[in-house]
Amino acid sequence: MSKSRKLLSGNEAIALGAYHAGVRVATAYPGTPSTEILENMAAFKDLYAEWSTNEKVAMEVGLGASYAGVRTLVSMKHVGLNVAADPFMAAATTGVHGGLVVVSADDPGIHSSQGEQDNRHFARLGRVPMIEPADSQEAYDFMAAAYQISEKYDTPVLFRITTRVAHSKSVVEVDMDVLRAERSKFFHHHVEKYVMLPGHARLRVPHMHSRMEELTALAEKTPLNIIIEGDSRTGIVSSGVGYEYAREAFPGASFLKLGLIYPLPPKLIKRFADKVNKLFVVEELDPFLEENIKAMGIKIEGKQHIPRHGELNTGAVRHAAVKAEIIPPADAAVEVVATGNLPGRPPLLCAGCPHTGAFFVLSTIGKRGKVLDARGRSEKESGLIITGDIGCYTLATYPPLRAMDTTACMGASIGQAIGLVKAGVSSKVAAVIGDSTFMHSGITGIIDAVYNDAKITVIILDNGTTAMTGHQDHPGSGKSAQGVSTQKVDIVKIVEGAGVKNLQVVDSFDIKSVRSAIRSALDSEQLSVVIVRGRCAVTNKVRKNKRRVDQDACNDCGVCLMIGCQAIQKKDGRVYIEAGTCMGDACGICQQICPKKAIGTEGKAA
Amino acid sequence: MKSQGKQDVLMVGVGGQGIILASDILGDVALDIGMDVKKTDTLGMAQRGGSVTSHLRIGQKVWSPLINTSEADILLAFEKLEAARWVHYLRPGGTVIINNLAIPPLSISLGTQVYPEDEAILGSFRRVTKAAYLINGTQQAAALGDVRTLNIFMLGYLSRFLPLKITDEQWQKGIARHLPSKILDLNKRAFEAGRGAAAGVNI
Repeated sequence: MSKSRKLLSGNEAIALGAYHAGVRVATAYPGTPSTEILENMAAFKDLYAEWSTNEKVAMEVGLGASYAGVRTLVSMKHVGLNVAADPFMAAATTGVHGGLVVVSADDPGIHSSQGEQDNRHFARLGRVPMIEPADSQEAYDFMAAAYQISEKYDTPVLFRITTRVAHSKSVVEVDMDVLRAERSKFFHHHVEKYVMLPGHARLRVPHMHSRMEELTALAEKTPLNIIIEGDSRTGIVSSGVGYEYAREAFPGASFLKLGLIYPLPPKLIKRFADKVNKLFVVEELDPFLEENIKAMGIKIEGKQHIPRHGELNTGAVRHAAVKAEIIPPADAAVEVVATGNLPGRPPLLCAGCPHTGAFFVLSTIGKRGKVLDARGRSEKESGLIITGDIGCYTLATYPPLRAMDTTACMGASIGQAIGLVKAGVSSKVAAVIGDSTFMHSGITGIIDAVYNDAKITVIILDNGTTAMTGHQDHPGSGKSAQGVSTQKVDIVKIVEGAGVKNLQVVDSFDIKSVRSAIRSALDSEQLSVVIVRGRCAVTNKVRKNKRRVDQDACNDCGVCLMIGCQAIQKKDGRVYIEAGTCMGDACGICQQICPKKAIGTEGKAA
Repeated sequence: MKSQGKQDVLMVGVGGQGIILASDILGDVALDIGMDVKKTDTLGMAQRGGSVTSHLRIGQKVWSPLINTSEADILLAFEKLEAARWVHYLRPGGTVIINNLAIPPLSISLGTQVYPEDEAILGSFRRVTKAAYLINGTQQAAALGDVRTLNIFMLGYLSRFLPLKITDEQWQKGIARHLPSKILDLNKRAFEAGRGAAAGVNI
């Protein structure tokens, strides 16, 4: 058998493990930190992979494929599972035919999410097993085990990773001789299993409980759970990346390392507890292992010393161990204090971003710079409330644009705008949403606005891609996850079809048109939609005629700085444009808004 | 991590400078010489122009993918302000290599904050180590014909400081694996130039 050593991210390893386990259908909606799983699956041509419209659809497609008897992978970020919770719970109830593994990528520390949540609770909620790898090797190896468990116990398996596992690279020994088993694809008609009428669902629930008993028996003996014998003074219970930090923090301790983290093995844990003087649990986020172990009547410490939010690291684990009197203070690392008061470098909209113009218009119409204080607060309504959504454009919240008042979850901008208007605010209300997010869950909001006659303005920023997560295709892009040309779903027709009468489509780089469209939409007495359309700067490689500032004509008024373009900078009191960053003719917004017409191309000002 | 050959390398800079690629190459080369490797990069809303870090850990056996504060053996900074931001990761007596380039964040242009002086940045390192090197990487990369070779130039400079046995061939192979053939020669020259620039340094 030939083996190959590779440096793989957790996501790459999951995809390869799933592929080698014989997966034939993979579905997902992009979301950090899970996106690369489907991108890697899509690269395999002997399976079907799709970007689904949203996570709920991804789960439903996955469930259908499982019913057909094929092994199926559904992947999403933690909050994606909230969207998919309904079909997930249905899958937990009906069970599967072909193995169904659902990857939930949690984001402790909120690197790129709207919130922090511990999706281990979904395992308990759904009465399904959960597997958690600690590094890329386990991500690869555990996939095969996950599919065996799914099929043997007639259950979807939750495969929980965290950002640090998903996006860290570590060494993986890959079996290069794996033969992907060919399985027959057929659907067994079985209405008591698949048609969840109350009478049928009642038959399934006892099965869910009995499978958890069987899985508990499995947890006692599975090689996914291992004991590493060491010093008997301290026993560490851990899983996931927390285990890696703990191994480094306590090189000599005894470990119970859990790979199957739900249901837990009471006998194994009791046996481990009896071997050591003190039991300590190292886990990120909620005291999930800790509370489950305490419920077994076993004494264990953890969250009274370890932070309940954010990511852990070796230093944080050592610090907690000092508090728990497991290691003496002298062993804790000496920390050098970071340099304080350095200017931050928050992410910004790119130079040449098609969203910039629309936000500049919203910011100036709403006089946001005058109304909001430095922290974005105002006791007075500004005259224009802007509900926002999830995507690159959420960055327009930051100065100098300050053009967003809310961001909750995918698609919420439209519903929130309707709510604000129906509650009776005196300001106008605009909802801003991107094209991929609109497809994901903005459409039902538009229908609600039409149906309930909500006088709001919806601005759809259409850059033709899912930019924030790395330019994945979506129903409006005309291309599938595997690069096949497909019918473009037309946002204009969707909006018109829902019954919107006041609809305008404008070029995002024509600032006059954007301003007049947004103004007339906001002044309209009916529901209005403006689609602002322009190509994402990152996908545009053409950068002709970089803009420059005519230093004689410029009076340093600073208006151009207010669009927040990364290319426009100020040094020694003078504004200049960084040629390496400017997108030139692809954008030109600064040139259009300069009151002194001091910005132009080489040799000619505007 | 006290095992022999342990090297924690923290690379920092600004999005778009090619930092992740540089650390990918070093990670692969370290794997090729039989070391254990873990690597974790800036996460999150990594838009162009944001602060970027890449943690690369090399050793006989590596557990945590994250480098601990005060434990990085080498800090390779592609931009000066970013060097200052991560000074607390360097171990006492560790090596810091700083590209002499300032990319002011927007808050500087808007006049709400001030970019730190060179002396303040270098001073913060002198409290930790004597091995601080300020190099003209951007200038030298530009002189080679393309400023985007900065990452490979920096990697070449760094290569002199690594206590790992890596042959020229292994470096060339690692670079070739990550770069398209039409810019390969240019980048090999950048690597050699970086290596050459560090030749006179008393390590």
